[in-house]
Parts: sequence; C-alpha cells; structure tokens
Amino acid sequence: MQMIYMDRVAAAALRPEAIEAMTAFLHDKVGNPSAHIHSAGIAAADYIETARKQVADLIDAPADELIFTSGATESNNLAIKGFLATKTGGEVLVSEVEHYSILDQSRNPFLANFKFLPLDVDRHGIIDPDQLKKKITSETVLVSIQIANPEIGTIQPIEKIAEICLASGVPFHTDATAALGYVPIVIRDSGISMMTLSSQTIGGPMGVGGLYIDKPLRLRPIFDGGNQEMGLRPGTENVAGIVGFGAACRGAGHDLSEKSARLASLGKKLWRGLESGIEHVEFTGHPEQRLPGHVSFWHRFIEGESLLLHLNMKGVMAASGSACSSNLKGADERDLRASHVLTAVDVPEEYCSGSISFSLDYSNNEHEIEYVIKIMPEIVRRLEAMSPVYEDYVKQRENRE
Amino acid sequence: MNPRNMGDMENPSAVGNVGNPTCGDVMRLYLKIEGDIIVDAKFKTFGCGAAIASSSMLTELLKGKKIADALQISNQAVADALDGLPPVKIHCSVMAEEALKAALVDWEAKKKAAET
Repeated sequence: MQMIYMDRVAAAALRPEAIEAMTAFLHDKVGNPSAHIHSAGIAAADYIETARKQVADLIDAPADELIFTSGATESNNLAIKGFLATKTGGEVLVSEVEHYSILDQSRNPFLANFKFLPLDVDRHGIIDPDQLKKKITSETVLVSIQIANPEIGTIQPIEKIAEICLASGVPFHTDATAALGYVPIVIRDSGISMMTLSSQTIGGPMGVGGLYIDKPLRLRPIFDGGNQEMGLRPGTENVAGIVGFGAACRGAGHDLSEKSARLASLGKKLWRGLESGIEHVEFTGHPEQRLPGHVSFWHRFIEGESLLLHLNMKGVMAASGSACSSNLKGADERDLRASHVLTAVDVPEEYCSGSISFSLDYSNNEHEIEYVIKIMPEIVRRLEAMSPVYEDYVKQRENRE
Repeated sequence: MNPRNMGDMENPSAVGNVGNPTCGDVMRLYLKIEGDIIVDAKFKTFGCGAAIASSSMLTELLKGKKIADALQISNQAVADALDGLPPVKIHCSVMAEEALKAALVDWEAKKKAAET
C-alpha cells in the first residue's frame, strides 16, 4: 500500500538535504560548541553559525537577531514570558486562534500581573486590523498574532497588523510555525519584533526551533545557567538538529514562490475534488487567504477521528481538530475539549469533532491528490451508514418529502 | 478498523439510544430478543474510534446471552474485552453500558405494553 502523508503542519517529511547535512555533522568529530578554546568546539560552533545564517536568510533577517530553541512551544514561551519579565504589568493582546503555548500562558501564576485579552476572528479566522487598533491602549505591552493557522489554514493580514503595532509603539510577536517555508516572510523593515520558527513543519528535524528577536528589544531568559544563544537560551545546543533546520531552510527557500504556487494549485485540486465528491461538508478557513496546499473541512454526520482512522487504513495520513484524537494522553475525558479554533470561527460545537485537515508539503504530487479524491466518497458513505445522526437526518428528510 | 455488527436491524425487539452530538458521541443499539435470549445485536455510532470499537465489542458480547447475564455486562467488561482503553476514552465504554441499559429498559417497556 502506498503511504500518502498530508500532515505537514504537524511535521513535514524530512528533507533530503536536512538528512544529508545532519549525517555529515554526526560523522564529524566535534566538541561542545561552548568550548571555544579547542578546534573541536570551534567546529561545532561553526556548524551552528552556518545554520543560523541559513535560517535567517529564509526570513530575510540579520543572523545575529536569531536564536535557536527546542521548538515553537519553547519559542512562544520565551517570547511572551521573556518579554513580560522586563515589565511590571499591563495588557497582552492575543488572537483567540493561537496555539496553546501562547493561550495557556494567560493562566500562568507568574504572569498574574498581566491581563491577556483576546482578539476575535471572523468566520474565516481573520483578525480585523481595525479591531486591533481599537483594542491597543496605553496599557498594552505586547501583541501576539500568528501568521497562519495550522488547523484552518487562514493567513492573517500580518503586514497591516505589524504596521499598527509599530505605529502604536507596541512590540509585536508572531508565531510563524505553519507559514515558514510556505509563504514568503520578510522580517527586515516589517515592524515585527519577535517571530517564532519551527523546524519540523518545513522538513527539518523535530526538537528544534528558533526565535527572531529585533535587536532593540530586551528579553530575560526563562531558563537560568548558561550563556548560550546570546544568553537567552542556556543549555548545550541541539547541534545536529540545528544543522538539519538550517539545511531545511536553505532547501525551502530555493524557488519558494514557484513551489508554493504549485502547492496552492494541488490544494485547490483537492478542495474541488472533495467539494464535488462528498456531500454535507463545510470548508473552514479563508478560501483565498490561506496556506498553499492546505484544505480543511468538517462533515455534519461523521466524527473526524473515525474518518482519519479509515483514511489511515488506506495509507492516507491527515489531521483532525477533534478533541478526541488530539488529547489521547489526557487524564480523563475532561481533558477532551472541542477545538478552540473551530469554535472561534463559529463552527457549531456538535460539529467540531468532525473536522479534518490535509496539509501538503513539497513531496506530495498530483497522483496522491487524485487517490484521496477517489477513496474519500467510499469512506464517507461507509461512515454515514454507521452514523445514527445521519440515519435521523435521512428519516427527517423522507418525512418532509 | 473493521467493526462487526454495524448497521440497521429490521423490526428490532429493543432500541437503546444514548448521547448527543454536542458531547461528541451518539450510540444506537438494536437488539433482537427471543424468549430471554439476545439472538442478535447491531449498532450505529457517531463517534471516535474508541466509541465505535466499544459499541462493536458490546454487540459481540451480547449475542447469544441471556438477558439476566447481559445485565451483568459493565463498562469495565467492554473495556477489558478491548484490551483496555486510555483514561480519556473510558467514557466510550461507559456509553456502551448505558446504551445496553437503555435498550433493556426499552424492551421491558415494550413487553409491558404488549401484556396490557
């Protein structure tokens, strides 16, 4: 059976250039990058600086304003906590569709002096820049809004948002996890103060990420005990991971707009195929302002996880926004919650469990799209036949007729 | 995933309905009862993999059982038959037990209605 992977927002297929670069590094005799006194240490530090330049180039940022972390969750924590540690109190504006590594900080007792205020999104998941303008007050110390949402694919009007923040003198943090390597990002002169980056969504290894910090901005590290990464991220660096991240960025940046256009057209093909092939679906996110190759929808009568299991049996791997599948390791069912992203875009709560998203990366091809379009109607019919909710709907429809 | 006993039943002796879509799961259990024996059981479920597995396992456990023995089937028995469920999914097996109880209540009611 062929394996068709369409869950790149969770982790993209590892890029060949990342594997190659990491393998070469692992075979090299290097020491601890902090051991500047000997050649082995210096060699390791050189690997990191090469990667730093590669990552910085992808977002057109100066390399000395970028640090490496263990991933986007840590970067989001460092951006918010590290910045707020330099303030005594105030308001933080965050969009209601941010990742939990942003949203859950509002409950952190160490941040009790800060009020986290939500920015609403419309039914397509877009932030209205005027709303932001109105909500920024003299109390606002920080704004955090992602570039793109991994669950519904919507891309925010980030330039306008950055302009508003810059004009108001409020630092602006953006989580670029889902967008990096798929849409062009230019930090220079953008007004963006901090940007979270992830390696695994662009085909780098898992367990590594980055944080861009505009030079005048001061943060306090959230870990103590070392001077690595400009003093902001103590602890010996994950050098192999960093090397892979750098190589993936170099690969992703090559012909980015051309590749991204091809991906967008594959995504549109999948969207149209699903739209004409199956009934009772509603597509989520903005129809145009969205990640290339990202298709998301919910089905009125089918639960997302059962759809994913059936797709997986046919070799197709996608993601669900459903609470059920995303929190399997919780302590009990109270840990299951409907996706906050779907409730934010007004999907009725009873349908939030039926959400599916396909996110393509550069390794996906036309045949794979055709295969998914072909198998989907059969799976949906089978699950409809299993669904008491669908049975009730059919009966009601028959009675009306 | 290949659930057994999934689908409709013609003229079931009893039907048990539990859950609602807002909770994320709906289970419908159909029983065919002859004398005091459950001769057939079928289900329909709107829910995650664990909910479908729990309902399917319940129907397997029920077939050929006496009503009195079926009453002894707990959510734990369903979960055990599935080789255990993660803590967040225990409610799926609870739902299966509730569907069974609801079907047996329906059967009692139908029996009484037929007697009077």
